[in-house]
Parts: sequence; structure tokens; C-alpha cells
Amino acid sequence: MNSSRRNFLKSSGSLLICFSLPGCSSDRGKSGGGYAFIDSRIRVESAGVVSLSLGKVELGQGIGTALAQIAAEELGIGIDRIRLSAVDTDYSPDESYTFSTISVQQSGPLVRKAAAAGRHFLMQRASAELGVPTDDMSVLDGVIFVSGAATDLDYWKLIADQEFSVEVTGDERYLPVSQYRSVGQSVQRLDIPGKLFGEAIYLQDLRLPDMVHARVVRPPAERARLVDMDSEEVERMPGVLDIIHDGDFVAVVAEREQQARNAATALRNSIRWSRPDDLPGPDSVYEWLKSAPTRVESIISRHSSRQDTASTTSISAIYRRPYQAHASISPSAAVALYKRSKLTVWSHAQGMYPLRRAIAHTLGLELDQVRCIHKEAAGCFGHNGADDAACDAAAIAMQFRGRPVRLQWERGDEFAWEPLGSAMQIETRAEVDESGRISSWDYDIWSCPHTSRPRSADTAGHLIYAQHKNSPLRIPAAASIPQPAGGADRNAVPLYVFENMNVTKHLVTDVPLRVSALRGLGAYANIFAIESFMDELARTAGQDPLAFRVRHLEDERATAVLQRLSDESAWPDRPAEGSGEGWGLSFARFKNLSSYVGIVFKVDVDSESGEITLKHAIAVCDAGLIINPDGVRAQIEGGIVQSASWTLKEQVRFTESGITSRDWTSYPILRFDEVPQIDVHLMPHNNQKALGVGEAAQGPTAAAIANAVFHASGLRLRKIPFTPDQILNTAA
Amino acid sequence: MAVEFNLNGTRVSLDVDPETPLLEALRNDLSLNGPKFGCGLAQCGACAVILDGVSIRSCVTPLASVAEKSVITLEGLGTADNPHVLQSAFIDEQAIQCGYCSSGVIMTAAALLRFTPSPDKEQIQQALSGHLCRCGAQPRMLKAIARAVEILNSEQA
Repeated sequence: MNSSRRNFLKSSGSLLICFSLPGCSSDRGKSGGGYAFIDSRIRVESAGVVSLSLGKVELGQGIGTALAQIAAEELGIGIDRIRLSAVDTDYSPDESYTFSTISVQQSGPLVRKAAAAGRHFLMQRASAELGVPTDDMSVLDGVIFVSGAATDLDYWKLIADQEFSVEVTGDERYLPVSQYRSVGQSVQRLDIPGKLFGEAIYLQDLRLPDMVHARVVRPPAERARLVDMDSEEVERMPGVLDIIHDGDFVAVVAEREQQARNAATALRNSIRWSRPDDLPGPDSVYEWLKSAPTRVESIISRHSSRQDTASTTSISAIYRRPYQAHASISPSAAVALYKRSKLTVWSHAQGMYPLRRAIAHTLGLELDQVRCIHKEAAGCFGHNGADDAACDAAAIAMQFRGRPVRLQWERGDEFAWEPLGSAMQIETRAEVDESGRISSWDYDIWSCPHTSRPRSADTAGHLIYAQHKNSPLRIPAAASIPQPAGGADRNAVPLYVFENMNVTKHLVTDVPLRVSALRGLGAYANIFAIESFMDELARTAGQDPLAFRVRHLEDERATAVLQRLSDESAWPDRPAEGSGEGWGLSFARFKNLSSYVGIVFKVDVDSESGEITLKHAIAVCDAGLIINPDGVRAQIEGGIVQSASWTLKEQVRFTESGITSRDWTSYPILRFDEVPQIDVHLMPHNNQKALGVGEAAQGPTAAAIANAVFHASGLRLRKIPFTPDQILNTAA
Repeated sequence: MAVEFNLNGTRVSLDVDPETPLLEALRNDLSLNGPKFGCGLAQCGACAVILDGVSIRSCVTPLASVAEKSVITLEGLGTADNPHVLQSAFIDEQAIQCGYCSSGVIMTAAALLRFTPSPDKEQIQQALSGHLCRCGAQPRMLKAIARAVEILNSEQA
């Protein structure tokens, strides 16, 4: 594509799909600008292969396979022909972050459009070649059929040795859903075999020639400042190549990894830091949350009937969720190389384009001097240390030039420095009228922000390096994510219909611990609170919890999910309260606009030891049109296990002067011998749009466990995590 | 002095600092990808390899201590063309999400099957209780291991 043509495309805003043998790669061009870069999505490669350039990143959630399924379906080829290429800012489409359970919704239609345009173009070319109208032709695995009979022609012959491009007009004819062969069927993930045979897949497997190893030496806590440092002896340690000291940012570079680690340990002992003691104490987090400066926002205020307080019963409750960690199994890492005025960063962060902008701004580079390439790591579950590690590595590479620098955070670095999911306190009050309906609902949330992503020049100050370097960048003000998605207030508005409802967010603007997006954001605590409270209200009204919920729902898909859940769990056979096994129910539609998930959890509670045993979770999910059913099941199962772990075990521990839970002993998570049996039932709707599921199970899981514990033991747990101590100290 | 040991059936000799953690020797010096760095504290199991038949944590095992011994990693267990029954079962059950923990889990499961050919679910859970998975793929991994056990037993029957 010549530059005038590219400019034309840019200015006209049209979309283009480009098929070629090698030639097109030079035209894949740069991203950015005001148009979607569909021309770089799909290429028909040599000998039966089609490559799909992803705009979203693989996090273990199986998005690559789902998008490959969509592309293969629309093109009319087998999925085994698809090769995926990861996001690289030098040529991939810019689809921002892979987050918020929207990848299938956002990227799916773009891939589908490009594939449909490709199929249309190839069929027209086949039509010209064969002299047969396209209406008489079909395609099966790339082979052209005429009136049902295979021809010698296939996609690969049709474009052999040619370079050509097709504009996507936006009115491509899509394959009717009724003709889908692959979408809607479970397929095996394309990336799994390589991972099980030890292929070089992860960022950690990247071994570049001449690569050196780096470690950062962090202050003991946020806002600690470097007082003095004596690095002379460390400089003479074996293998040490460089010590980077830039403000409060300290790092060491060595030939071998162990040398870097040893040097980092020695360096740590050679630095004096000022030690702040300005954190809320371990026992006063919630008092602090409620007394800190806040920005108050009304999320909804609806008053459709006068309340007759005389005939209502009113109850109130307070629910709490502590600071929790992403706690990825792989501590953050990155590789960076600065060479010939170009900085290349390999990162496992969720958005390569936003990362590029933040790094370029922080390091004072032009955008086109920075290239960010995605490599997989262990599951991240939101904004963890990945972006920070990428910027650390980049900053080190700018000082230590010409050789690739591999930076590995230690386990303790990750636990102490990853942005956490914020602690939250939720206060609810509701009234039930004499007909047994909820007549009013008041709901207040106190929380720190749920996003602090470094995505631009304005927000680069969220990066640790940007805060620690000489001439630090300003830390951006606390940000609010607007409804309907919401941050702290995600899922704060119940899907239930109440005549009078107030929901208010108190966003804590003075943020003592780094916080950002953890899977589900505020939805986890809000659904925990709403769905626990619905059980408490059902009890107040003397009604079955499932029937009580249905009574307050007008959304038919929601009601259908609950009905199916009742059937699959045999809910009407629920044992009597306190008779041993506890059954708890919970339901939500993620963000009130994504997937519907209902869960029944069955638990045992040992009143002597305070131990909760998770026995069985039965989940029902309506995610609209489902691309890969087994992939959806896996996401729901994983969400249930992870949320159960948060709910039973997890809280970040800290004192006034810093985080103290820095390993897996002080931050335990659910283990193999503690996971429940899980059954997931799907309710596909082929006429509805495809919805993501990645975060949909987090909230319902927490409340289903709380409700099951109550059903088993009569103990109402309103403070996460449900440790044995809490069970033993909660009065029935 | 070089440390010599048997790695995945082949004798190797490494002339590096003998205090190098085995994990780093395997990954950085011998370019293996199977064993992973997760904590460096023997707490998560991502680095597990089989040393003379026993699953050990390579992150806290000095290279010197494996001299003249036999180390097996994921790569030595099976290949795409000739997979170990556990690897096949993990694929059949689609048992991983990110997969980062799976090498360690599979190595410990393989070591378990050596001495306990027909473990029940509780024995498998117990053997894996020192392995962490953050994606919540444990239920699927447990199913995959049970499937492998079933296949092994039916082959021997």
C-alpha cells in the first residue's frame, strides 16, 4: 500500500483487509490514527495456512481460540488452519486493553467483519475464474465448490503469488448463524498443547542473544524514600554489570540471574530508606475507609412510591471486603532492549498500545521509538505488576544499552507492589412491605478507586518507576469509572426492581496503597453484599430465597437462569436449615449488561474447627451466543474457584509501615485439596449477541458461599474472608 | 568444576557456579521451558521436577546437589509426537487455563503414579496440595489425572 493510499484510507475512515503472500507484511504498517486497522487482521499464508493477527491478548482465558473460531467460521476454513499472532505495536490492530470481559464482544465482530470481507473477495475471484455466479458456489475448508461439487480451486491457489487488498465496507454478508459449523461447538484451545510440551511460549521463555539479568531493589513501602546508599562493594560482586540509581529507583544488572539476585540482596542491605508509618493499621481499615476524604456520587436515586413506614419491616447490614491481591503465579517480568534509538519491550501486560504510550511519556521517547510486544505469562486477573515491570525493564535498558535486559520481580516484589483490589465497605438498609416485597433500598459504598492503569501521558504517573525516578511524574488523581460499567459501583445497582432505591458511592480519593482493577472490580463485593442481603430479606419476608428473587425480577433471561438453576440443583429439595449440608444461592448479571450467572453452592461448616468445606457448586450461565462452550465452562469454573479462594482465605496484611503478606504463607490461596466439584450448565441464545464471561462468576460465588454457610450453621458472615476465626467469633 | 547429571535421559555437564539453583540452570543454561519460576521459596510448585523418581522444588535445589543423579522435566516426560499419558489427558480435559503451574503439577502427578499406580481422588489431591494454581483449573486437572490413571490401569488390565 503506498502512502497516498494509506492516507486516503485514514482520512476516509474506511476499513481494509489485506491478503497476501510475503509482500503485504511491509504494508501492515503502524497502528494509531483514526481508523480501525482491519487490513492487518487476516492473511492467507502459504500452503493451507491463514494467519490471524490478534488485537486482544491471551491471558489463559482462551480468547485466541474463540477469535480463531469466529474467523474460521466466517472464512469457511477449519480452525486448525489458523495461526495466531500476538499483539505487537509495530503491526497489530490497536484494541486497547484485554479487560472487562469484553474481548468477545469487542474483537469478535471486528474479526468476523474482516473474515466476511475476505470470504466475499475470494468467492468473487473464484467466480471470475470459473465463470460461475457466486450464488452457485460454496466453500468448505477453503476449497471452492460449484453446485455442491468440489473444484480444484481453493483460497491458497486463488491468491497465490499475488498481492491484493479488499476494503471492508461494513455491509458484508455474514454467514447466517443457522449455518454455523464451529461457532457454538466446543473446540480444543489452540495454545494448550505447546504449553504442555514445554515449548517456548511464555515471556519467561524468551532468551535473546547476549541477554543480561536485572533485579529491582524496592523501598520497604510506598512513600518510603531513599536516604543513602553505598553500592561500592556491590559493584565489585561477581557478574555485576551496572547499578542503576535514579531517585528512589534502584536496580542491578548482572550477567547471570543468580548474580543479579545476590547483588540485589546485598544492595538492599546497603540502602537506608525513610520509613513511613502512615497506613491505616491492620484493624482499622474500615474505620479509615469511612473517615477518609471522599468524593460522593449518587449512582441511582429512584422514588416511585410513597413509603408507608408503619407497615414495613426494616433491616440493615454492613458488608466488608479487604484489600486483595491478583497474586499471579508468575511474578511480573519483562524484557527490554534499547538499540539504535529504538526501545523494544516484551511484556505480559494487558494492553500493548496503552503501555507504549505510558512508557514513551515516562522515558521521554517519541511514540514511534517504542515497540511493545505481548508475550504470555501466568494469568493476571486484572492490572497487576506487569505494566510496572515493563517500565522498570525499559528504564534499565535505557541506561544499560545495546543488550537485552531481562527483569524478573521476586515473589515479594509482586505481593508488595502490585496494585491491589481495594478494600470496600458497603452499608445497606431495606424495607419489606406487608405483601413481602422490598419497598425501599438504600445502599452506600466506601472504596478506593478500581482503576489506575497507566495508559497515556496523563496517567503514566501510575507507574512505579515514574513515581520513583528523579523528577517524578505526578500521581494522577483518583479516577472513577462511569456507569453502566462502574468501578467501585460496578453491579451496585441491583437488577431487581424496587420502587424506591438509592445507591451512593463514596470514592476515597486519598489512596494509601496502590489499587487498581482486580477481576470484577467492585462487582465482587457489591454482588456479595446485594445477594447476601437478598437472602437476609427473603428470610425477613419468610420466603424462599429463589422465589423471592424471581418476584423482584422483570428481566426474563434472569428469571430463566434462576429457573434452570432451580432444576439443575434440585433447589426444591434443599435440606432444612441447620441440618448439616448448607445450600446457598446467588445470582447476578455482570455489569448488568453482560453474562448472567446463577450459582448454588453446597458446603459443610465444622462449628468446632470453624472450617468451611466447599462441596459442590452448580452454576447456570446465559452468555448469549456462545462461541466455545467448553471455554465458557472453563472460565466459569476458574472464576468460582478463584472467588471461593478470595472469599474463604484472602486478605493483604499490612501494618502502619507497609505490606507484610509477601509470600504464599502469609497470603494463602485455595489448594487442590480444598476445591469443590463444579458443574456448569449453559443456556446458549443464538439470536443474542455473544457476551464475555471472564468476570461473571466472582460476585455470585461469594454470596452463594455466604448464604450456604448461613443455611448450614445459622452464621451470617458479612466480612470477607470467612476464616475459621471469623466463624468461631460470629454469634449465631 | 563442572556438575554432571542425567537430564531427560541424556548426560549433561554444566560448568557454572554449583550453587546456581537447579531451576536457573535448567532454564537459563540448558534452555528448558518446562520448570517455571513462581516464588523461589518452594511454596508454589511451579518449578517441580523429578529427581531420582521424586518430585522436588528446583528453585531451592542447588545444582551441585544433583550431581550424578537423574533429573526429568516436562520435556523429558513426553513430546507432541509421543506424549505422556498425563499430557494427553490434560489436553483431552482441556485442563489448563494459563498453564503456568501445569508443568509442576504434571511432574508431581507423574512421580505419584510411579509409586501409587491407582491413587484415588484424595491421594491425588494430597499429593498436589503443595501446588498452587491461580486460574482455578484444579477441578479440571484433577479430572485429567484421574483420566490418566484410568487409562494406565486399563492398559495394564
